[in-house]
Amino acid sequence: MKFDTPAGRNPIDQQKVIGRPTDRIDGPLKVTGTAPYAFERNDVAPNHAYGVIVGAAVAKGRITRIDTADAQRAPGVLSVVTYENAGKLGKAKAHTATMLAGPEVEHYDQAVAIVVAETFEQARDAAKRVRVDYARAKGKYELKAVKDAAPIAKGDKMKTARGDFAGAFASAPVKLDATYTTPDQSHMMMEPHATIAAWNGDELTLWTSNQMIAWAVRDMSETLLIPKEKIRVASPYVGGGFGGKLWVRSDAVMAALAAKAAGRPVKVALARPQVMNNTTHRPATIQRIRIGADKAGKITAIAHQTWSGDLPGGGPETAANQTQLLYAGDNRLTETHLAVLDLPEANAMRAPGEAPGMMALEVAMDEMAEKLGMDPVRFRILNDTMVDPEKPERKFSDRNLVRCLEEGAKNFGWDRRNPKPAQVRHGDWLVGMGMAAAFRNNMNMKSGARVGVDRKGVVTVATDMTDIGTGSYTIIAQTAAEMLGVPLDKVVVLLGDSRFPVSAGSGGQWGGNSSTAGVYAACVDLRRRIAQKLGFNSDDVSFADGKVSSGNRAVDLAEAAGDEGISGEDTMEYGTLEKDYAQATFGAHFVEAAVNVYTGEIRVRRMSGVYDAGRILNPKSARSQVIGGMTMGIGAALMEDAVVDPRFGYFVNHDLAEYHVPVHLDVPHQEVVFLDTLDDKTSPMKAKGVGELGLCGAAAAVANAVYNACGVRIRDYPLTLDKVLEGLPMA
Amino acid sequence: MKPFTYERATSPAAAAAAVAAKPGAKFVAGGTNLLDLMKLQIEAPTHLVDVNRLGLDTIEATPDGGLRVGALVRNTALAADTRVRRDYGVLSRALLSGASGQLRNKATTAGNLLQRTRCPYFYDTNQACNKRKPGSGCAALGGYSRALAVIGTSKDCIATHPSDMAVAMRALDATVETVDGGGRTRTIGIADFHRLPGSTPWIETALTPGEMITAVTLPAPVRGTHIYRKVRDRASYAFATISVAAILPESGTPRFAFGGLAHKPWRVAAAETRADGGAKAIAAAALAGATPTSQNAYKIPLVERTLTAVLAEGRAA
Repeated sequence: MKFDTPAGRNPIDQQKVIGRPTDRIDGPLKVTGTAPYAFERNDVAPNHAYGVIVGAAVAKGRITRIDTADAQRAPGVLSVVTYENAGKLGKAKAHTATMLAGPEVEHYDQAVAIVVAETFEQARDAAKRVRVDYARAKGKYELKAVKDAAPIAKGDKMKTARGDFAGAFASAPVKLDATYTTPDQSHMMMEPHATIAAWNGDELTLWTSNQMIAWAVRDMSETLLIPKEKIRVASPYVGGGFGGKLWVRSDAVMAALAAKAAGRPVKVALARPQVMNNTTHRPATIQRIRIGADKAGKITAIAHQTWSGDLPGGGPETAANQTQLLYAGDNRLTETHLAVLDLPEANAMRAPGEAPGMMALEVAMDEMAEKLGMDPVRFRILNDTMVDPEKPERKFSDRNLVRCLEEGAKNFGWDRRNPKPAQVRHGDWLVGMGMAAAFRNNMNMKSGARVGVDRKGVVTVATDMTDIGTGSYTIIAQTAAEMLGVPLDKVVVLLGDSRFPVSAGSGGQWGGNSSTAGVYAACVDLRRRIAQKLGFNSDDVSFADGKVSSGNRAVDLAEAAGDEGISGEDTMEYGTLEKDYAQATFGAHFVEAAVNVYTGEIRVRRMSGVYDAGRILNPKSARSQVIGGMTMGIGAALMEDAVVDPRFGYFVNHDLAEYHVPVHLDVPHQEVVFLDTLDDKTSPMKAKGVGELGLCGAAAAVANAVYNACGVRIRDYPLTLDKVLEGLPMA
Repeated sequence: MKPFTYERATSPAAAAAAVAAKPGAKFVAGGTNLLDLMKLQIEAPTHLVDVNRLGLDTIEATPDGGLRVGALVRNTALAADTRVRRDYGVLSRALLSGASGQLRNKATTAGNLLQRTRCPYFYDTNQACNKRKPGSGCAALGGYSRALAVIGTSKDCIATHPSDMAVAMRALDATVETVDGGGRTRTIGIADFHRLPGSTPWIETALTPGEMITAVTLPAPVRGTHIYRKVRDRASYAFATISVAAILPESGTPRFAFGGLAHKPWRVAAAETRADGGAKAIAAAALAGATPTSQNAYKIPLVERTLTAVLAEGRAA
């Protein structure tokens, strides 16, 4: 099915199942610990051995010698695989660094070997016995040191301009020129990357933890140089990904190599420090923002230049994304620069681009509002746009930012904010309020599914879509239930297996809308087949209450399926609506934060927001996504910081004791309101992504609240107490 | 983790003898720190002597009005003891500010004193660390030092001691009771228990090989306001950037011990006798001779600021 004209009325609009707050259908499995995650699949590979990956001890250089003799002799060891005996490997186009180093080392903790043994303990012990000598090479590890020589990145929209920014900025009566920095961040999902690999002849099966099944098959094929048809990837449950599992990583590749060498299935999980230095991370950014406005607050000039680094051949953090679309202004400029750094591979982390970009832009907007003596909400409303400001002929498909701002301000009690910083003290705490817009692009991805009904009337949906904790199982079940007129408990959902039709996968907040649109397409196909089988005119058939009806005839769905059952399959594909219209999601974050007058400690007291993401398929799991994003925003604002040691080129604080993410006590009451909107240009679901929106802007709202609380403006994230103290008068 | 042998001790003296007899042997109690370090091969004991079933898990009144806390009293139990809560509030508060409920349920009184540093270079076996590998150097010097020590450091080590409990014990003038492999017992004042790094940062305490802690004794309580103020980067489950254990008696000399500043809980007598000068004077005396790095210099004003908060809280109490 092709979606190339705006959606008309369709069965999803009934909202009998869709749009209702629904418990996760996989919830009981999760809370009883019986949802089988990759590392626990002993049922599929009962005779598996254990693999432990040895990482490079240097960030850049060359392996001069690997001595595995001691490891080979260690108790229980079955095999040791290094580049010397791994055989010829390719490099997947999606990978910037190779998954197995040798002889070149591209980054710290890059896999140099895997040791396979009968038990995990034996493998871990033997891994420490692998001796590797390196010839260390000089690398570049500090973004600020290489920034000025960094060219504009290759690709679309890496440099955009309209009007005469320089002239308009020079003549603007009110202007801001400020530079912000965001640090490297690690995904730090609960479940580390983990895989069981098993060979059957020349066929490979991977039970793994991955967001994008078809990409995983492709990248394994390109790496192992075997046909895609010989690879099966299964990832039905994923304990968080945040973009860190968009691509197969060393756990999958090394498990496959190890299983081949050992002649046994092999199980591999990355240790927590490896999540930080062996896999990908969100790169640090330096962002310069200039805004010029007239005295009434209308933006006349806006520029956003951003710098990040990656290994040679890698990509940039596109932190200027939102500045291309969020606010009006006739004279504009964005530039996205990319430097070469020899740190581990930079890559996507939840809301790549907007997450760090909004951390800078929305603080700049706060600073600009202050310069104008204007309320920050009012300043944003004044500069709202209903068209793509770089291409005014291109409208937004649906945009309700102003409603989010106004309703959000009202719900939060924004009118009680004192615009002058450092005026409100409760006990030992200075208290302030801050806000920021939320913005994240909406992307649609081709997505397929197969839907069948059996003779008991049970509907089974199969698609390689993943559920990375987001609630995919449930919204897919809701979609099928709505389309086929059955209750939710009549729907079985099978996900995350390359034997199923290729879906959108989970990433870029496209999964929810795109995967359900694919299920919609498959259900349309199934409805047509059922109508045809029953001899109904398919234009005049309704599916409700477990029955298929047309005119005065009604047949039980189970009966219609018959003994052999019936199934449909289709893939939703997209036309040019995404190009013709700017599609995005919007919101407004409001935060109350407190700063300790003595110690500079920051604690968030209240978060509240209004969000617009089209139809909310499941308000319960969508809310969970948004509060998860807000929580990640607290982390980004106050603590997340993968610290680079520029002497050695690695992330030093590589465990959860030292790389801080928020704990329960850091997270206050969070209020989420969704606008009741439909976007008919996104898909028949009329929905948009919501998985990343809650993060975008949240950290800036915290930073703005901190400024309002204590009067210290910090432009380098995270806002730690030492930075507060630099500007905080002695109590 | 390297393979190791294991035995369960039958008495404290037998445990001490067993550890003394085998080079590379260690005691294991709660295991909340040691087992993690073994998995990372930062610690690689050849033999573990499990002391968990030796009793030593009671808190008893002493004849002079203090408390004798068994080495194996869990942090949760110690923090919740009604006598501790009533008479040694600084200790209860310090304990509850550390780790998480699950860890405190396992972690023991003796083990808490023996925690290893959280210096990130100690935690990466590819990096130089004199604690982990004597003579290998100190990668923290010139490295990421935001959380590390500002005083009492050496050219060989700038690590801190991570315990909260030990800081309170230092303010309380606790004494550590031990037994060695020959069955000899002794007591060590908490001030002398932890060492500064000097040129042997791998030697962290006054314990001799095989010497086992059997109890920690708290002297008779000091009446007054007991405060433990831990400053940290997140609201819970974080090591202190700095902390202050304060006992503010109604009359007489106050006591201040500090965490997060040094290789041991930091307490300076001159700072207490100058307490009338307020936070500035106390901080100046406590930090005399400090040698912070550019990354942890913020701890210097933070000590004064936190003391200001503590004194204000004391006045309000």
